[in-house]
Amino acid sequence: MAKLTISELQKLREKLAQERQTREGNARGQIIIHMGTCGIAAGARKVLTALLEAMDKQNVRDVIVSTSGCAGMCSKEPMATVQLPQQAPVKYISLNEEKIVRILNEHLLQGNVVKEFALAVGSERMG
Amino acid sequence: MPYRLHMMVCAGTGCVSNRSLELRDALSAELARRGLDKEIEIVTTGCNGFCGVGPILLVQPDGIFYQKVQVKDVPLLVEEHLVKGRPVKSLMFTPPEAKEPVPRMRDIPFFGKQMLVALRNRGMIDPEKIEDYIARGGYQALAKALTTMTPKQIIEEIKASGLRGRGGGGFPTGIKWETCVHAHSEDGVRYLVCNADEGDPGAFMDRSIIEGDPHSVIEGMVIGAYAIGAHQGYIYVRHEYPLALKRFMIALDQAREYGLLGKDILGTGFDFDIEVHRGAGAFVCGESTALMASIEGRVGEPRAKYIHTVEVGLYNKPTVLNNVETFANVPVIIERGAKWFASIGTEHSKGTKVFSLAGRVKNTGLVEVPMGLSLRELIFDIGGGIADNGKFKAVQTGGPSGGFLPEDLLDLPVDYEKLYEAGSMMGSGGVVVMDHTSCMVDVARFFVDFLQSESCGKCTPCREGIKAMHGILSRICDGKGSEADLATLEELCSVVADTSLCALGGSAPNPVLTSLRYFRSEYEAHLQGKCPAGVCRALITFRINDKCTGCHLCFKACPTSAVLGEPKQMHSIIQGKCIKCGACYDVCKFEAVTKE
Amino acid sequence: MAIKEVSEEKVREIARRWGGREGFLVEMLQDVQTEYRYIPEAAIRTLSKEVGVPVGQIYHLATFFKRFSLKPRGEHVVSVCTGTACHVKGAPRVLDACARELGIGVGETTRDGKFTLEEVRCLGCCGLAAVVTVNDDIHGHVTTSKVPRLLKRYKGTEKASHGEADDQ
Ligand SMILES: Cc1cc2nc3c(=O)[nH]c(=O)nc-3n(C[C@H](O)[C@H](O)[C@H](O)COP(=O)(O)O)c2cc1C
Ligand code: FES
Repeated sequence: MAKLTISELQKLREKLAQERQTREGNARGQIIIHMGTCGIAAGARKVLTALLEAMDKQNVRDVIVSTSGCAGMCSKEPMATVQLPQQAPVKYISLNEEKIVRILNEHLLQGNVVKEFALAVGSERMG
Repeated sequence: MPYRLHMMVCAGTGCVSNRSLELRDALSAELARRGLDKEIEIVTTGCNGFCGVGPILLVQPDGIFYQKVQVKDVPLLVEEHLVKGRPVKSLMFTPPEAKEPVPRMRDIPFFGKQMLVALRNRGMIDPEKIEDYIARGGYQALAKALTTMTPKQIIEEIKASGLRGRGGGGFPTGIKWETCVHAHSEDGVRYLVCNADEGDPGAFMDRSIIEGDPHSVIEGMVIGAYAIGAHQGYIYVRHEYPLALKRFMIALDQAREYGLLGKDILGTGFDFDIEVHRGAGAFVCGESTALMASIEGRVGEPRAKYIHTVEVGLYNKPTVLNNVETFANVPVIIERGAKWFASIGTEHSKGTKVFSLAGRVKNTGLVEVPMGLSLRELIFDIGGGIADNGKFKAVQTGGPSGGFLPEDLLDLPVDYEKLYEAGSMMGSGGVVVMDHTSCMVDVARFFVDFLQSESCGKCTPCREGIKAMHGILSRICDGKGSEADLATLEELCSVVADTSLCALGGSAPNPVLTSLRYFRSEYEAHLQGKCPAGVCRALITFRINDKCTGCHLCFKACPTSAVLGEPKQMHSIIQGKCIKCGACYDVCKFEAVTKE
Repeated sequence: MAIKEVSEEKVREIARRWGGREGFLVEMLQDVQTEYRYIPEAAIRTLSKEVGVPVGQIYHLATFFKRFSLKPRGEHVVSVCTGTACHVKGAPRVLDACARELGIGVGETTRDGKFTLEEVRCLGCCGLAAVVTVNDDIHGHVTTSKVPRLLKRYKGTEKASHGEADDQ
């Protein structure tokens, strides 16, 4: 590492802060990839990897990606749930690598539900 | 690829001793095994302050707080939370009064009530990575100070903020810096020294800051050096803090590598570097003149301060000495402005203060709160009250130089003046809570014993006076004291306070005077041959009553075979053999062993 | 464990490590203490020559600071914290228990040179009071009844690991 000047310090900070955004707990929304045994068997792992790669390429740093267990509809796996603040969660079914990237761009980044892959809005009752 | 989750594993000394590093290794092995290591990052952070429930693990961005996580919990945690997205309730913290565990860190009262300024990066960064510090705005204040402010403006800003020294005395930092600049130095050499000796036995703020965020101290020191025109700095660290020392050395190297320390800092032409000195176990070396003598390679004996060290200090040059926490506050003041800082706290005590909560309180740990919070809020709201359903008796602030405060002063706001008026002091921030199991005479003797062995011996009042005080207190604890002893004790206190060379002796009477002032009845009980808390050995007797089931535990525990009895029959104690170690009392599950 | 022979060369190297500067005398003594587990008289004389300060000054330092010892210390140094927080959580009784268990008083070393018992004033882990360290291992929440098991681990010949449960 060469010695920094003032402007380099500024630039470095921006870059480093971006990389660490999710550590701060700030996010525009959350996407959950359902990764039960059937989900993984149906290719959920590839879907997750594709999502993470797309986020990296497009420099999206403020989306929480989590994984969760089986969503209960093994025939429609891989599945994902997108949750934006103050909005009901949306479940997507039968995903693949291309579909997840569209969901990222259209729903997570622009706020438009991708109706073609959406199963339903809302979640089962909890508890 | 950016990480989607960050597992922040606490690696402060407390958590490390609870084996958090083994936890980290187990986690990283498990992540690698499941191929999750590319998407989930493990960050080892500094102390989170909630040391009593370590090892601590925080999952971000979810904000889920796990406590007492063991290596054996790792597979479950990874499977449930990281793979299936279901946070593990059994590893969450349940506050004393609550029934359900609380998942999120910010919802735990211990954390929720705090305000982090000096500890702003706590638990959020890896202290061994300068990149983490920079990402959170680190060294921005330095850049601002070096390029847009003159040294005079910086001093004005610090003065206007109302920042006072966090090392004990509470001297206004800006004025100290200004005095140093005005002090005459033949060759223009001035030094800047950071006091990380943290001698108060019962305090660990400075350790935690250096362990968790060493760059905040370095940044504060560089800004201070620029303000007073110093090019050489020193930090004096206790050798009892090996982890803090190691992290600070790493931080120094990184800062040099990035051009934030050394020659031509940030290309502005300003030079400053820091040299590390280790203490070797002497409380008095926290005192300014003793500390400087020690850095020069001499014995840490204080000298009389007719001339202050800001004028004639290290190697006889004008020297600024500030505490770790004081320096950690400086960058924030420069960045957010004096006005913002001065808006926090009370009239004469601005900003926040870090306290280490210890003793008989439920949530022991490190907390940072705005000045002016009451002791009650500190101990009962944040601290969660007294451990093991005990009854609050006293709180000790200020370490060996401070005093005890009783229950009816619990609403006292924490503020330099208010604590001083009550006979105690802010000190460096150690807060030790005592309950009905502590004997005030015994604890007063404890402090006097501490100071007696730490007195450097140079001046007579401190060396001999404290020894005489110790003799009287021991006599009282042994049940051999008299009414006249109390009067002599008070007289000794005033002589030692008035005539000692340095503040070690000057403040030594505080624990004795406050215990006499607020807990005189305990002294009187001792004169009558009773120790109400059941601590002073000469005054207590252990007996076994008829609740005894003959479980034989005490028989096995007794180191001197003073317990008599066959299994399943009632036991008894041979008083002549009993050394009053309390082992039988500790092991008994039936309250059959009594202490009176 | 046998006491190491004091080597003048080794002490000179320590002095040079710190540039032979008077300001680093305490650091040099730290290194000597780590090397030999005490401050041998020969080392004091060598340092005096290397740094160019009187023997008396170094002797003064070596006796002033708690960390230094003029007598060889044991292989395992058991330090019981007797800071304030630990005091109110029963440190004096823990100290007694250690003394009984090892059969030595504070500041003493067992005859076989295995253990030295010391007091230390706060390790900064007050949240875990009462605290006992053995060498570099920190043990928290120690009570009198846990002492025998805690020390037993270091009594064997193999190096005790930190991995066993000593807590809760
Ligand atoms: C006996 C004694 C011990 C002290 N120990 C410490 C200490 O451990 N840490 C500390 O910062 N200040 C300690 N001080 C206070 C220092 O002398 C000095 O006032 C302080 O470091 C100045 O920094 P500040 O203005 O930032 O508080 C001690 C003072 C005395 C008299
Ligand atoms: S009082 Fe024992 S570690 Fe602080």
